[in-house]
Amino acid sequence: MAKITLENVKKSYGKIDVIHGIDWEIRDGEFVVIVGPSGCGKSTLLRMIAGLESITSGDISIGDRVVNKLEPAERDIAMVFQNYALYPHMSVYKNMAYGLKIKKIPAYEIDRRVRDTAKLLEIEEYLDRQPRALSGGQRQRVAMGRAIVRQPSVFLFDEPLSNLDAKLRVQMRLEIKRLQENLGITSVYVTHDQVEAMTLGDRLAVLNAGYVEQLGTPIEIYERPETVFVAGFIGSPSMNLLAATISTDGTIAELAGGSKIALSQVQLPGQKVTFGIRPEHIKIGKTETSLSFTVAISELLGADTLVYGSLTGGTQLVIRLEGIRKLSEGEQLDIDFPHDLHHLFDGTSGKRL
Amino acid sequence: MLKRVHFGPSLLPFLLVAPQIAVTLVFFMWPAGQALYQSLLVEDMFGLSTEFVWFENFKDLFSDSYYLGAFKRTALFSFAVATMAMGIALVLAAMVDRIIRGVYVYRTLLIWPYAVAPVVAGALWVFMFDPTLGIFAYALNTIGYDWNHKLNGGEAMTLVVLAATWKQIAYNFLFFVAAIQSIPKPLIEAAAIDGAGPFKRFWTIIFPLITPTMFFLLVVNIVYAFFDTFGIIHAITQGGPYRATEILVYKVWYDGAVAIDLGSSAAQSVILMAIVIIMTVVQFRYIERKVEY
Repeated sequence: MAKITLENVKKSYGKIDVIHGIDWEIRDGEFVVIVGPSGCGKSTLLRMIAGLESITSGDISIGDRVVNKLEPAERDIAMVFQNYALYPHMSVYKNMAYGLKIKKIPAYEIDRRVRDTAKLLEIEEYLDRQPRALSGGQRQRVAMGRAIVRQPSVFLFDEPLSNLDAKLRVQMRLEIKRLQENLGITSVYVTHDQVEAMTLGDRLAVLNAGYVEQLGTPIEIYERPETVFVAGFIGSPSMNLLAATISTDGTIAELAGGSKIALSQVQLPGQKVTFGIRPEHIKIGKTETSLSFTVAISELLGADTLVYGSLTGGTQLVIRLEGIRKLSEGEQLDIDFPHDLHHLFDGTSGKRL
Repeated sequence: MLKRVHFGPSLLPFLLVAPQIAVTLVFFMWPAGQALYQSLLVEDMFGLSTEFVWFENFKDLFSDSYYLGAFKRTALFSFAVATMAMGIALVLAAMVDRIIRGVYVYRTLLIWPYAVAPVVAGALWVFMFDPTLGIFAYALNTIGYDWNHKLNGGEAMTLVVLAATWKQIAYNFLFFVAAIQSIPKPLIEAAAIDGAGPFKRFWTIIFPLITPTMFFLLVVNIVYAFFDTFGIIHAITQGGPYRATEILVYKVWYDGAVAIDLGSSAAQSVILMAIVIIMTVVQFRYIERKVEY
């Protein structure tokens, strides 16, 4: 077990910078999830920690050792790959024992560890099988087992669940969470999946184009996104982000179509802002400040209903309502944005106001 | 399951395969049939009298110490060529990954020898090792080794093995590079994380995963050494000195075209035909049995 420290870590391929100076400390035993759109550099960052990718500048330390120049084998880590990367010509047992054999651990100890781990993951009966005779979920477990059996100080996960079907993904997600809590090993988990990001980690890092946009607990990030990017990226369906201008007295945000929204705090008059409100936070019902909304289409998901439509003036909005609500095209609703649940971002920098 | 599509009877498919069948019949089936028939005959040098002798030619061959000697020599020669050509090619292919600059040049240069005709390859090596003119013979001379493959049978064999190997490395290299590249990168990375160094990774992961390619190449290399090396041997040693490099395919030609013993020559080529058929069957068995990962 160990903490991981990144100090001004950069990566460039020739002239193209892909990671722009990341400073970060992952605490001992913490489960950190890195989330971001494809091409944001999240896998590259993970591979740099693993030692599969070189570092252009900066320092990465695992425990108290700077590992910049160390081979992956010397970093005391284990990694679970997206496509499992099981050795196809070895049985499950041999796959799990491979790393231990190289470390020259005595055979009886290898046997004990492999069987204990197999029991933990409920794959005991497959130990003699070849990987090709296993289902996707079973392969995933073996890949996890191969990582656990080595008792590393750090686990790295590179989108380990994205090749599984939806049902298995939910099951394995819970299992990974449970295992990590029981084993208490520092883990870094890369994903592009919203739900995995929100549910798995103690802390979440939102990465965009090689920059860390925000770092915090999943709830902090959901409740208080620091930038427009984070606001739009975390949450499904995405937060409604509306271009607006602050009125002359600073208490009202005027949307492009003329709709006025009362603000909780006074802002700089005349400033261009992005007004954000999550679909699930929009309230229905007539009040003094309510706006008129015209339904265009609605999607019934069973547990809730997504309503797409526009305000007078044409601003597009999504609203999430609980339960099944049958609404027809052209129907008018009065909606309101609760004061404590809306977000304001600077129109040019995208930073939270 | 594949869906089978049925088309109505038509002349077109028959027309399309007709050229292939014609070529096979004219250039393979007919001569093969001729050889089979000829192998049962004994003919005098001038072709004046012909006698049907059943399997007399074959019987003679297997009691002929020269023929059995050629058999052993061929086995030794093809074993040496196959193992060296594959071994060296495997090492060179394994290095491709470790080259940072000039991979393209490295690969291209290694593939070139494949384009050289066997006789030209033979001429090249015979020049380099010529006892009086050759640069390598000269070099060996300066370190005190008196090289003369025209007199020394072992040296002659070494030289034809070298030339045949050199030409075949390119082919093997190409297949090994392709096989190694088809191994998913994460497997190698997983092994690296598991603590395996480059050498260990090669033996425990890459090597076992390219065994299907190795089987295939083994058969191809043996077939090459058996048959395609005629030009090399003809250019370098003509089977000499004193039959030291006379392999089966060379003896077929010599006995038939030079010694004009057509019956024996035909019988020898029938035996070679049987060998190549067996090896082809073996190869198809292994290729069919694709190791699926």
